[in-house]
Amino acid sequence: MNRHVLRPVFVALGLLAIILIARTIMVPSDFRISEKGFMYGYHRQGNEAEWENFKVKYRSKKYCEDCHGDEVSGNLSSPHKIIECENCHGPAIDHPDNPEKLPIDRNRDLCLRCHAKLPYPTSMRSEIKGIDPKAHHPEKACFSCHNPHHPNLEDRK
Amino acid sequence: MQPSRRKFLKTVCAGAASLIAAPVILKFLEPGEALAAMEKSKLRWAFLVDTHKCIGCGFCVKACKNENEIPYDASVSRTWVERYVVKKDGTVLIDSPKAGRDGFTSPEVEGQTPEAQDIAKAFFVPKLCNQCENPPCVQVCPVGATYQLKEGVVLVDRKWCIGCGYCIASCPYGARFFNPQLKVAEKCTFCYHRIKKGMKPACVGACPVGARQIGNIKDPEDPVAKVITTSRVAVLKDEYGTDPQVYYLGLDRAVR
Ligand code: HEC
Ligand code: HEC
Ligand code: HEC
Ligand code: HEC
Repeated sequence: MNRHVLRPVFVALGLLAIILIARTIMVPSDFRISEKGFMYGYHRQGNEAEWENFKVKYRSKKYCEDCHGDEVSGNLSSPHKIIECENCHGPAIDHPDNPEKLPIDRNRDLCLRCHAKLPYPTSMRSEIKGIDPKAHHPEKACFSCHNPHHPNLEDRK
Repeated sequence: MQPSRRKFLKTVCAGAASLIAAPVILKFLEPGEALAAMEKSKLRWAFLVDTHKCIGCGFCVKACKNENEIPYDASVSRTWVERYVVKKDGTVLIDSPKAGRDGFTSPEVEGQTPEAQDIAKAFFVPKLCNQCENPPCVQVCPVGATYQLKEGVVLVDRKWCIGCGYCIASCPYGARFFNPQLKVAEKCTFCYHRIKKGMKPACVGACPVGARQIGNIKDPEDPVAKVITTSRVAVLKDEYGTDPQVYYLGLDRAVR
């Protein structure tokens, strides 16, 4: 075969080589297929560990017990025992080291998330004791009459 | 015959190229490795949502945003709660203010305040990534930045994602969005960092009424797997063939 016919082939091969060399340098070495095959499992393996090591922020009620025993025990003997402390106070993260204190939300809207009356058949929302926020002591914070941790009406001070 | 300099260089170049090319191409397609790994896995995460139980408090959305560092006031969220009000005349009112982050404190929906006697049924539907068995979002990624784990969870590699948005467009559930801070595609991971450590996802822990649960569908003793396999559950947009793994109890036809 004539040389001038082969020349473009060599150029193409050379380009391919350059692309492959660039690829080996640029693609991380842990980039490969995993259990899910080529269609769904082709990825940088190191990323799995990156996600695993993501910081956990919500610590749940058990964590609060040691230091805020009164709030927790009062809460556990009330209909609010189903609510996580951190729902109202925000994530504990490394509290009490960081942050030293958790925020206290005294807004009425916090309670109205569940207690604003919505007449919704087939939804459990309508089974929770609801109030009309415009009629039930407006302008006053809920906690001034109800203990947010232990709202039992019969124990109202 | 004396080899010319040109010919010598050519041979060396070609040899070097094929030496490099061989392992690269082989690493690309190692069917043996793939097959061996595709053996039956004993763990597959699945989610169960009970729409009868959900009270629309929105604590799941709040917890998800805080736990996963999603900009709190941006109008994006990995999980969201929709309200459906079906009136007796057949009209359906749907809303999800701030993704449901602050709950549903007002009876006003889509600018209307339906009277109690006009409501046939009304309920809340929490939504999140379905962690599909056949995830279209993974198929369309041009750079391999999103992938499915053998436990079924689909993750996004934040260092590798180029933010092209194909996956966001391909998700039939609208579960993906653009992270405005990191400029990458973002989605629910079933709180992979928590379930991997034996904890529950943040939204599941925050739910006061047990409307959101997670379990291992491969374990016959798992309480969630038992519900999914023994009661009448539905999934969203089954017709897309994505095989979604978020199962719903009490799903209504009004839900899209
Ligand atoms: C290791 C002990 C410890 C644990 C565990 C702990 N706290 Fe605290 N917490 C403290 C201390 C100490 C303070 C600061 C008290 C102060 O300065 O009045 C505090 C302050 C607070 C405050 C603010 C009180 C105020 O008067 O401003 C809240 C709210 C709170 N914690 C909630 C929680 C919740 C919810 C949890 C569980 C998720 C929790 N804490 C777990 C020790 C703890
Ligand atoms: C329904 C929302 C809600 C939940 C759930 C909740 N709190 Fe509170 N918490 C409040 C409010 C509101 C205040 C402010 C009360 C006040 O000023 O009288 C408060 C105050 C506190 C304080 C400050 C001391 C005090 O009593 O004034 C601590 C500590 C605290 N909460 C801990 C907890 C712990 C621990 C839990 C979990 C058992 C918990 N909270 C659950 C709403 C809540
Ligand atoms: C001025 C005091 C006061 C304030 C402020 C107040 N409440 Fe009450 N609340 C009461 C009293 C007294 C009762 C019991 C008598 C009744 O049923 O009205 C009650 C009853 C309730 C009940 C039970 C209703 C039922 O059907 O049995 C709920 C729920 C409730 N309140 C929630 C709230 C919420 C949420 C807020 C804040 C948005 C709030 N309250 C503010 C005094 C108050
Ligand atoms: C996550 C939803 C939720 C939130 C938020 C919430 N509650 Fe409740 N609350 C409940 C449930 C559930 C009950 C159980 C009784 C029922 O069926 O109504 C209840 C009961 C009550 C009762 C009646 C107790 C009784 O003895 O019958 C009062 C009063 C009350 N809550 C006040 C408050 C106040 C004040 C706040 C805000 C600090 C608040 N709640 C926030 C869910 C919630």
